[in-house]
Amino acid sequence: MAELSTLPEYMLRNAREMGDQPAMRDKYLGIWKTYTWSQYAQEVRDFALGIASLNFKRGDKLGIIGNNLPKLYWAQVAAQSIGGTAVPVYQDAIAKELAYVLRHSEAKVIVAEDQEQVDKILSIKDELPGLEYLIYCDPRGMTDYDDANLKSYDDVRLAGQTFAASNSSYFDDEVGKTTGVDIALMCYTSGTTGNPKGVMLSHEHLLANAGRFVDAEGIRPDDDFLSYLPMAWVGDTAYGPVLSMLVGSTCNCPENPATVMRDLRELGPTGIIAPPAIWEGMLSTLQLKGVSASPVKRKVYNYFCDVARRIEDLKYENKATPGGLGFWAKIGEIMVFGPIRDQLGLRRARWCYSGGAPMGPDTFRFFRGMGINLKQGYGMTEVGGLVTLQPDDEATSDTAGRPTTGVEVRIEEDSKEVQIKCNSIFAGYYREDGKTAEAMTDDGWYRTGDAGLINENGHLIIIDRAKDVGKLQDGTPYAPQFVELKLKFSPYINEAVSFGDGHPFVSAMVAIDLENVGKWAEEHALAYTNYMDLSQKTEVINLIAEEIRKINQGMPEVSRIKRFLLLTKDLDADDNEITRTRKLRRGFIAEKYGPVIEALYGGAKDVELRLAVTFEDGSESFIDAHMAIQEAA
Amino acid sequence: MTDAQGSGGGIKLTIRDVAKNFGGVRAVTEVTTGVQEGEIFAIIGPNGAGKTTLLNMISGFYHPDEGSIVFEDKDISNTPPAKIAEMGVARTFQNIALFRGMTVLENMMLGRHVLMKTGVLSAFLYWGPAQREEVRHRERVEEIIDFLNLTDLRKTLAGALPYGLQKRVELGRALAAEPRLLLLDEPMAGMNQEEKEDMVRYVLDVNQEWGTTITLIEHDMGVVMDISDHVAVLDMGAKISQGTPDEVRADPKVIEAYLGTSDQKEVA
Repeated sequence: MAELSTLPEYMLRNAREMGDQPAMRDKYLGIWKTYTWSQYAQEVRDFALGIASLNFKRGDKLGIIGNNLPKLYWAQVAAQSIGGTAVPVYQDAIAKELAYVLRHSEAKVIVAEDQEQVDKILSIKDELPGLEYLIYCDPRGMTDYDDANLKSYDDVRLAGQTFAASNSSYFDDEVGKTTGVDIALMCYTSGTTGNPKGVMLSHEHLLANAGRFVDAEGIRPDDDFLSYLPMAWVGDTAYGPVLSMLVGSTCNCPENPATVMRDLRELGPTGIIAPPAIWEGMLSTLQLKGVSASPVKRKVYNYFCDVARRIEDLKYENKATPGGLGFWAKIGEIMVFGPIRDQLGLRRARWCYSGGAPMGPDTFRFFRGMGINLKQGYGMTEVGGLVTLQPDDEATSDTAGRPTTGVEVRIEEDSKEVQIKCNSIFAGYYREDGKTAEAMTDDGWYRTGDAGLINENGHLIIIDRAKDVGKLQDGTPYAPQFVELKLKFSPYINEAVSFGDGHPFVSAMVAIDLENVGKWAEEHALAYTNYMDLSQKTEVINLIAEEIRKINQGMPEVSRIKRFLLLTKDLDADDNEITRTRKLRRGFIAEKYGPVIEALYGGAKDVELRLAVTFEDGSESFIDAHMAIQEAA
Repeated sequence: MTDAQGSGGGIKLTIRDVAKNFGGVRAVTEVTTGVQEGEIFAIIGPNGAGKTTLLNMISGFYHPDEGSIVFEDKDISNTPPAKIAEMGVARTFQNIALFRGMTVLENMMLGRHVLMKTGVLSAFLYWGPAQREEVRHRERVEEIIDFLNLTDLRKTLAGALPYGLQKRVELGRALAAEPRLLLLDEPMAGMNQEEKEDMVRYVLDVNQEWGTTITLIEHDMGVVMDISDHVAVLDMGAKISQGTPDEVRADPKVIEAYLGTSDQKEVA
């Protein structure tokens, strides 16, 4: 048999060879409903012919908007089967953001989940001249709409069946005409500047990327995964439908976004990918339950959490676990660790990944300690998803892992930029040739824009965005975000800004976490009135100094924070100090806090600053702040 | 506008010359009105106007001292509440009456009670027909849970929910009985603006998608006027006006009851 090179070919193979095996599940009306590979292929065929009868042609774009639903995934594969491109967009995007992406991608047909999404699309209809049909999956509330170009999913499917009667070989012919280099998926990446860019990925790119993941983790046909991350994110397609087509594993769609944690437990997937925020959310839910449990349970939980932490610390230092601790770990497995894995729905999970942002070491070690195989990876849309992964026995909180098979990673000498070469580098940004050229080096490597290094074990460590990396006066490279992240891992620190580029040493401005420091103050009978008052208490300054001392211990002598101060207000998007997604606006901060930086490096004991603050209604006022500067140990 | 909506098969509920006394207090005096098939009918009025008493008489909690209440051609003036529920009338309460220690799902399954045929013994054995019946009822309840967007809360204890959601669960329980007439006693009372808008949406959806006839009592005139097909206004136990929302809004008697006399209005 010829080598398969497109997604629909794999789908048809699965329908042939494992037609009665589950391909997808969907929780509807409280019950998991299973769709086999034969049903899957039939649904895709019907819908593909349905949109073909609506004049959707080879090379056309199909927009997808909604939460993870079998129908939306089928629509995606249907478009790909007849030579089209799927363009999933973020379901929670506001109308204005959608308008840009849908207009830029020239989507001809859009498949929307429900009335809410339909209303959103209809509100921007005038801005989408290329849009011919809008198809909705859930008929609820749609009875009063009378737009000729608005169709229900089921109507389109029926139209497809009618179309098939007179064009019986159309589907197979079109699948035959589709080749591996055809663009299957276009994901729009947000980026920190300018408009989102449409990353074009071919069938081959997606399959090559998924193949690497299959090799790394040994994905099997009986694996179950929960498809719960936004469909617009490349990983949802890459580790959901593509993986399942390649090996025959099952994609499961949650009932709705609010039930994900419960669905996770019911399903017990064999692997899961989640951003750090979700892991942190799980941890705080557990801790909350721990606090409100009966005293005996709480003692047992705390005791064994401590056992787990000690074992993880020893492993981290490459020391053997003493026999006594090993014995308690076995008891803990029965009393705490096993039940917790079960509660979280991770009992069957062979691997768990955190990606997208760095994770706090405490959270990371907690889950490892519970016997959960939590690991980190690194990737981006432009390479089809995956770059590096941590092997099971090399999981640590500070690296992004090793390049997967067939991926080459190099660090550019000067800028420390991470550059990548592999067989799934994207085909370009849609209608943005200039930006595509900028993203590639002359010798064909993809420029990630991230600065990193490769440690002695061959693991990639991402330190910052390349353009932010600078040098201390003596020439030591200095990455502000690297320092700031370490600071922000402290529960008492909410935001941090560090300086060092062109200066003799590293210094930092710290914004305390009002909630946690406030709680700490209450526990220590420390009275305070507001943020400003709390941040300048000697006790609080000492608390943060101690946190910084601990952080400094883990860093080389030259990169340690020498001087710091506590800000009298938190950084705020209303004051233009950070973006809405909480990324620092360094240029603006350097200007606004100029006198502070001067004082930090001028040796002053304190600094006075008149700060403009913007209230929520947009009005402005000034606050005179007096901040004491501390020497760090 | 004729009282009791005149002739025809479109009449769901007819109330004729109904009166109710509590000791010396005449709570409801000679009220005559009617509800048409498939409409939303609102009964409004100031506090103490007798709205809840009237609703309690329809659902059988009280029996009228005078007059008659006819539901789908059957006189229910003296029928006990359980019997009326079985006939297809379900209600919610002004003060939430959920089982706080039971889950949302269990509360709503209880709403199916009137439709369950299984005896105690076969239900206990959970065998054959009893099991099939349970599955069938559960499917219907799941549809309602989906309809009311309560999927993430089905295993949550009702008592742990915020007020607005408890009201929604109560509506769900009433819907579980598959009523042909749904009585809502101040469904929007005590809610914030967002919760009110949600509830209005659900009431309209129940009426439009399932064709359920709805009679609701409401203190807040604004909401009612937007969603009702017909409105009856009670004051001091007597009906002072009836008609479409526009007719009622223009009726001087209604303005007087709500705002005081026109003299007072000028003073204010």
